[in-house]
Amino acid sequence: MIELRDVSFEYDARPVLRQVSANLAEHRIGLVGANGSGKSTLARLCHGLLLPTAGQVLVNGHDTRRDAAAARSQVGFVFQDPDIQIIMPTVAEDLAFSLRPSGLSKQEISAQVDDWLGRYDLVSHRDHPAHLLSGGQKQLLAIAAVLITQPQIVIFDEPTTLLDLRNKHRIMAVIAALDQQVVMVSHDLDLLSEFDRILVVDAGQIIADDSPRAALDVYRRAALG
Amino acid sequence: MLTLYTPGNSLLHRCPAAAKLITLCLAATLIMILTDPIVLASGILVVAVGYGMARIPGRTMWRLSRTALVIVMVVAACQAFFTSVSPAIIVGLRILFLITAANLVTLTTRTADLITVVEAAARPLTRWGVHPDRIGVTVALAIRFIPVLGEQACRVREAQAARGVKAPFTLLVPLVIRTLRLADGVGEALEVRGLGSSARAGASTTEHRSMTR
Repeated sequence: MIELRDVSFEYDARPVLRQVSANLAEHRIGLVGANGSGKSTLARLCHGLLLPTAGQVLVNGHDTRRDAAAARSQVGFVFQDPDIQIIMPTVAEDLAFSLRPSGLSKQEISAQVDDWLGRYDLVSHRDHPAHLLSGGQKQLLAIAAVLITQPQIVIFDEPTTLLDLRNKHRIMAVIAALDQQVVMVSHDLDLLSEFDRILVVDAGQIIADDSPRAALDVYRRAALG
Repeated sequence: MLTLYTPGNSLLHRCPAAAKLITLCLAATLIMILTDPIVLASGILVVAVGYGMARIPGRTMWRLSRTALVIVMVVAACQAFFTSVSPAIIVGLRILFLITAANLVTLTTRTADLITVVEAAARPLTRWGVHPDRIGVTVALAIRFIPVLGEQACRVREAQAARGVKAPFTLLVPLVIRTLRLADGVGEALEVRGLGSSARAGASTTEHRSMTR
């Protein structure tokens, strides 16, 4: 569970988020809002990538400021652009990179890598350069590299924005099958309509926190006038 | 060294990464001492045999040789122009050997194994505050992001061509801006993936990140 307590965030004295409070406990939670509304900032605060200027963010009870390592160990983060998330030159090496801090032996890491390559149909790309994968395969690799560390919560920042329809559906199916709690920033209202709860962010504040139907109605009215 | 591993099971593939890197360093040192063109050419022949042993696909060999030959020709031409033909041949052969030998090591060694060696080599420096794991990741990032930056350059060039801009120097500023943005994102990704944990606990590293999202 992620708990936001009066969270504010400023960048260069410009308020990005203002006194946001919420308890995020549902299985799948969506964050929606206009460009620059503060939703990606909110997602980064939930992970601990950003620290609040005021207030507290607790991940399963761990403060992202005071207990950063414990908080971050519970949360995985998937970026919009997988090209920035993939660190190692080849597919298998990138998955193995995620397990470096785990203390597992080389054989154990290799076995886990093979397992995850199989889950996402990447076995035939095991030793391929990551930059030669398709957009959908890159995003699958980025997701697998996060999930292989078995986080309890996974935050997605617009994971389908750069994908074509086929790959978008593939990624959506992967996300739908996750047992972990999912917090997702997205502009894809179809995708969010199947979530348990939606928070609508506007000008640094949560203007709606409701079921998808009610919250997305608020978003449409705010966006379209 | 910026090519990528080609899977295989040859003797060179199975040879430990440390042994290959040490041999490469010794050979590179030796080649700088030698001045006989026939000996230098023999060295290149040995490397060519290595390519054959490693069963590197002909297409990959041609792609790499082509790039190496361009570099060799440019440097040798400059050398011939400013000095004479004889030193130009020696310098050209040396560079050709260095590039092809380094490529052979990279083609037959997984990046993870290269990084392990780099980290092991840097471990004695830990007492002076050096982080071997960060050095290893830096090497990996260099190999990983060269093609990404190449793609970025292509995109900028295409966008400029579409708007009728042809001057090559205009590529620089947008490319630098894109690269800095990329570096910002990769920095976040490294934090997310467990690197730099000691720094990220402090507010200063994370609160100043660009927040234009």
